[in-house]
Amino acid sequence: MSQAAQNQRPSVSVQIQGLRKSFGEVEVLHGIDLKIAPREVFVIMGPSGSGKSVLLKHLIGLETPDAGDVLIDGHSIQSPGMLERYRLAMVFQSGALLNSLTVAENVGLYLTEHQLLPQDEIDQIVKQKLEALGLKGQEDRMPEELSGGMKKRVAIARALVIDPQIILYDEPTSELDPLIAVTIGQEIKRLNQENDVTSIVVSHDRDLAFGIADRIALLEDGQVLQVGTPKELAESKNEKVQKFLNASFQF
Amino acid sequence: MFQDIGEMLILFWRTLQSLPQLWRQRLKTFDQLFEIGNASLLMACILSIFIGGVLALQTGPVMVERGLSSLIGGIVGLSVCKELAPVMMAVLIAGRIGSAMAAEIGSMRVYQEIDALKTMNINPIHYLVLPRVVAISLALPLLVVFAIMVGWMGGALVSVYNTDIGISFTSYFNNLRSVVEPSDVVNGLIKSFVFAVTIGVVCCHQGLRTIGGPRGIGRSVTKAVVNSIVMILILDYVVTRILLYFNL
Ligand SMILES: Nc1ncnc2c1ncn2[C@@H]1O[C@H](COP(=O)(O)OP(=O)(O)OP(=O)(O)O)[C@@H](O)[C@H]1O
Ligand SMILES: [Mg+2]
Repeated sequence: MSQAAQNQRPSVSVQIQGLRKSFGEVEVLHGIDLKIAPREVFVIMGPSGSGKSVLLKHLIGLETPDAGDVLIDGHSIQSPGMLERYRLAMVFQSGALLNSLTVAENVGLYLTEHQLLPQDEIDQIVKQKLEALGLKGQEDRMPEELSGGMKKRVAIARALVIDPQIILYDEPTSELDPLIAVTIGQEIKRLNQENDVTSIVVSHDRDLAFGIADRIALLEDGQVLQVGTPKELAESKNEKVQKFLNASFQF
Repeated sequence: MFQDIGEMLILFWRTLQSLPQLWRQRLKTFDQLFEIGNASLLMACILSIFIGGVLALQTGPVMVERGLSSLIGGIVGLSVCKELAPVMMAVLIAGRIGSAMAAEIGSMRVYQEIDALKTMNINPIHYLVLPRVVAISLALPLLVVFAIMVGWMGGALVSVYNTDIGISFTSYFNNLRSVVEPSDVVNGLIKSFVFAVTIGVVCCHQGLRTIGGPRGIGRSVTKAVVNSIVMILILDYVVTRILLYFNL
């Protein structure tokens, strides 16, 4: 990565155009169109199995669409060298920590592998990120020794170390207790405001979505049901939208 | 199956292309080397003694009966260094190390660790495949040198102490020295290098294409080991044939 790309990192937009994806016979995404503005916190909600994780994977080039495209700052994510040109980071639903590495090695992996900084500076950054996420002193533990929520936070720390222009979160608050969930929500918002990160968050968590989102898209069965500000969605006339947003335990 | 072979050739080519990254990945390569040595040295030693031993046991009495006892050293020596040490060590390493490679990479695949690497713009071939293929390609020939020497000793022990053979150490090793040329050992080493690259590529390839959750890992490991052994035995003939053109 060039020094120039590191220093100046303008915020970027994401545009999803007619995205279609099938696995075998089953079409999971049936043509998705979304425009996400630079510096926006965009939340994607939807029932389980509606294709949210699959959509997110397309945004960082892990899946190849059958039709349509994803444009980062106007450039197709499929074109070579995109991850060198733009800094993208993803927090996986499962965390996806490397099991053979310690927490600190996991968090610092991007910097060590690309040899961006000397090791002592990397250690410093790692320590600081872990502390910010309430993981002080966990540096030398192995991922398998952590709880689900801790893994999630380590994964978030690992994504933050990249200092990304776009950050994709897949269910950042699932498996977290409400207190930490709030912290993570605040962290997502803070990062977004301080560092001009475009944040795309997949979540079922209504509180989180309505707390942090600039706009929300509701996905169902691989189609966008409605896009709008939290207020617009709350006032939606669409029955399905109301049903999803107001689902609650009734005894 | 043809698709597999095609994919493996591509993986092999990409690994070759990534060789300039080797210096960066040196620590991981050392780790792998250490692990291979640690996991296989003792087993290689035991295996080789018995291979040399059984060769002497099978050929010795027959030769003695026909008054050819002075040739036992040469027969055992040649067979061990040109054929048995390279092939048996390769099979051992495929089972011991190749399976572990396929399992480790396969589980990284299933648990999205490889996806995570990709999102960090870390090439899994540089990060995972290169250190493993290089380490195994260095380790197996070294292991074969070791196995050859131990195998010769095994043959010697049986030739001397088996009452049906009962030749002297001197006669065994004199004959071995006069029959086995340095080029025969080189022949064995070239073969073992080819086998090593094959095991590395086959097992990493199976690991990388693992699908279907934890059960998929098991399937990949089985396929990796079986395919490696089949390839080793086929390549054994092919390489021997080619080396004959070069009088090796
Ligand atoms: N690699 C794959 N192969 C086959 N089918 C897949 C694959 N990945 C996802 N799917 C299918 O795509 C659909 C959407 O999956 P996805 O993981 O995107 O759901 P999701 O909206 O993230 O659900 P959740 O909220 O439970 O995480 C599911 O029906 C799933 O079976
Ligand atoms: Mg999901």
